[in-house]
Amino acid sequence: MADPTLIPNGYVLPGQPHPLLAPDANPGYAALRAAYEEVGRRIRASGAELLLIYSTGWPSVIGHQIQALERPEWVHVDQEWHELGEIPYTFRMDAEFAHAYRRAATSRGLHARTVSYHGFPIDTGTVTALKLINPDNALKACVVSCNMYADRGETLVLGKAARDAIEALGRRTVPIGITALSNRYHTEPVPFADDRIQSQKDDDWNRKLLEFLGEGRLEDVSQLAREFALQANGDSKLKALWWLAALMGQTNNYRGDVLAYRPVYGTGAAVVELTPGASSALDKEFDEEDVEVYGGDRNVLTGHDGPPGGSASVAPAPPAAPQSPPLTGRAPRETRPIRRDAPFTEAIRVAARDGAPAPVGAYPHARRVGDFLYLSGVGPRQAGTDAIPGGPVRDADGEALNYDVAAQTRAALANVRTVLEAAGSSMERVIDVTSFLIDMDRDFSAYNQVYAEVFGAIQPTRTTLAIQALPTPIAIEFKVVALTGDAAAS
Amino acid sequence: MSAGAILAGVLAPHPPHLVYADNPPQNEPYAECGWEELRWGYERLRKSIASRGVPDVLIVHSPHWRTNSGHHFLGVDHFAGLSVDPVFPNLFRFHYDLEVDVELAQAIHDEAAAAGLQTKMMTNPSFRVDYGTITACHLVRPEWDIPIVCISASRAYYLFSNEVGDAQMIALGQATARAVADSGKNAVLLASNSLSHRHFTVEPSLPEDMSKEHVYHHGQYLWDMRLLELMRQGKSREIVDILPDYTEQTVSETKEGSLSWLLGALDFPTYPAEVHAYGSVIGTGNAIVEWNPQHG
Ligand SMILES: [Fe+2]
Repeated sequence: MADPTLIPNGYVLPGQPHPLLAPDANPGYAALRAAYEEVGRRIRASGAELLLIYSTGWPSVIGHQIQALERPEWVHVDQEWHELGEIPYTFRMDAEFAHAYRRAATSRGLHARTVSYHGFPIDTGTVTALKLINPDNALKACVVSCNMYADRGETLVLGKAARDAIEALGRRTVPIGITALSNRYHTEPVPFADDRIQSQKDDDWNRKLLEFLGEGRLEDVSQLAREFALQANGDSKLKALWWLAALMGQTNNYRGDVLAYRPVYGTGAAVVELTPGASSALDKEFDEEDVEVYGGDRNVLTGHDGPPGGSASVAPAPPAAPQSPPLTGRAPRETRPIRRDAPFTEAIRVAARDGAPAPVGAYPHARRVGDFLYLSGVGPRQAGTDAIPGGPVRDADGEALNYDVAAQTRAALANVRTVLEAAGSSMERVIDVTSFLIDMDRDFSAYNQVYAEVFGAIQPTRTTLAIQALPTPIAIEFKVVALTGDAAAS
Repeated sequence: MSAGAILAGVLAPHPPHLVYADNPPQNEPYAECGWEELRWGYERLRKSIASRGVPDVLIVHSPHWRTNSGHHFLGVDHFAGLSVDPVFPNLFRFHYDLEVDVELAQAIHDEAAAAGLQTKMMTNPSFRVDYGTITACHLVRPEWDIPIVCISASRAYYLFSNEVGDAQMIALGQATARAVADSGKNAVLLASNSLSHRHFTVEPSLPEDMSKEHVYHHGQYLWDMRLLELMRQGKSREIVDILPDYTEQTVSETKEGSLSWLLGALDFPTYPAEVHAYGSVIGTGNAIVEWNPQHG
């Protein structure tokens, strides 16, 4: 059972852009939009801190991906419904939660990674939902992908891992599964005004499913999902409901509220709220796919280096504490953190267009070694122009100039951030800083103040040195070591 | 105006790994090496096409622009932007800048619509071009000095069956060939499909670590070899016959219809195709195959 103080509600939302971009094209799209907006009001009233989204519109192949870029920004155009126009967006993502979710998923035997790249394509369903339920970005969000190969057992474990992370951080979280119900499009062009569910059979199945959800029988729906998917071409096997049910505690004890059910280009689009509550139904059916730890290898024909006789897709295992290592039946090749099986190192170069100044010698911006990221010295020079905020310390003839060391410090730390983020790390994961000043007496105090603004809360170790000169006319340079990838500073 | 011609028809798979390993200036990540057999295969393909002249246009059918409401065509003459692969963002973050032959795209669109297919021109200038298109075009013509026509992969197989999907794609290919002939242009057609498509579900920490790369399993390899042998023997009709089975058995990307589109456009070649390379990428089978209609 979900802890209602941590998970006040869960939602099912559809994934098409019509309610956002074309609400006037069909009364059903307007009704869906109104339902999204009502969901937004209810979430704000619930005191939630985080919107946690699983979207069938974001398929993944290599394990489970979790969005960790703090401020993704883009002008989105849907691949199918491009004629409906652009969706410009800026979202606030909860990177701390993303990393916690990644750790929780790994602890339960799943292959998971965070992604943090400018321009990463966030799917239309997620964009539409966040624009309509969280228009002012009042809440942070986190999005997890829908693995193409993950079947029910694995997806249940992914849902349980989300609950582990919610409990570990104590985040008041609203989980949202973004999915169509029946997912058959019209096979002939149909004007939006004449939209309908593609077939009577699909419509009947949708209504049956929504009857269950309206009674709060989320776990029953999770167990029925496969049959529904077969009969009504359910969106991605209805995995989003597997995930949601596992996250919310695998019971039928909810109050269900179907806020809207309408067709969008033949598919079944529903907005449903589930609130943890008293028992509303009889006991649930015994569920043989319900496992705590993902124990298997989807590569059932993995070949020479697989376990003897292959391995089951899901190995039942006793419950494991979230942070303890997974327990049984795991194929070493699939589940061993691959980074541990060989030391590795990689030079990282960051393009000027991404805001990093070009190196002045034969060195990369950073080098990754295992989970550690070593940055080359970073000064305040601006990418592309080499301009120095706060002014250079000397002119072309070597004559000393007056300069603003606070501005130089700020610019240098902004460059540090750029390189860290381009290399998959962040300021929050910096563990050690060496600062070089060309004039300790003149500059220490201003430098120290700006430094505290940026690193005061992060608390890496620090060493400050006075040196005679730096290779370009700058007053300050930083040498930084950080953790990267999935490793976290705390 | 003399009649247009298909200068070459190419099975041109689009693993972003190949672009990553090539280290073009447009791509952000840096690789040490990797997938040389396939990359050198693309080099052989480029030489082979160049020996017959410079095409006026590349026409690409891409499985990573998926549409359910029929076949869509890029209909804006210039696109520039950043393409980030949603599956391998660690490998592919590519700054593209490309020209579209909108006139030919419209002509193919009109031919396909006249043949009874559902079609749509994509006229939104903010649209992001899919990474499959970008990868295939880059590997075939890294100079980016030739306009492209880009056709989405309509998912008729998803709404009906593999057989119906193939039949639609063959009709689309035939419409493409008619439009090319009427255009007076020399076109290279790129069917951007991988072959067997079961992926590994983990990635080595160093993606280009070739000691971790191999075909997913022998069964997939056998199916791929069967298909390639038919190509080498010029037995296109047989390929179309076994394609639904092949697709099912190897979960092949041919499901998305690029190969059947190409065979339809080439009017089911009876002359041998040249296989420039075959190799695996995270376990999937990929072949670079060229049909030269002048041999026909
Ligand atoms: Fe692909």
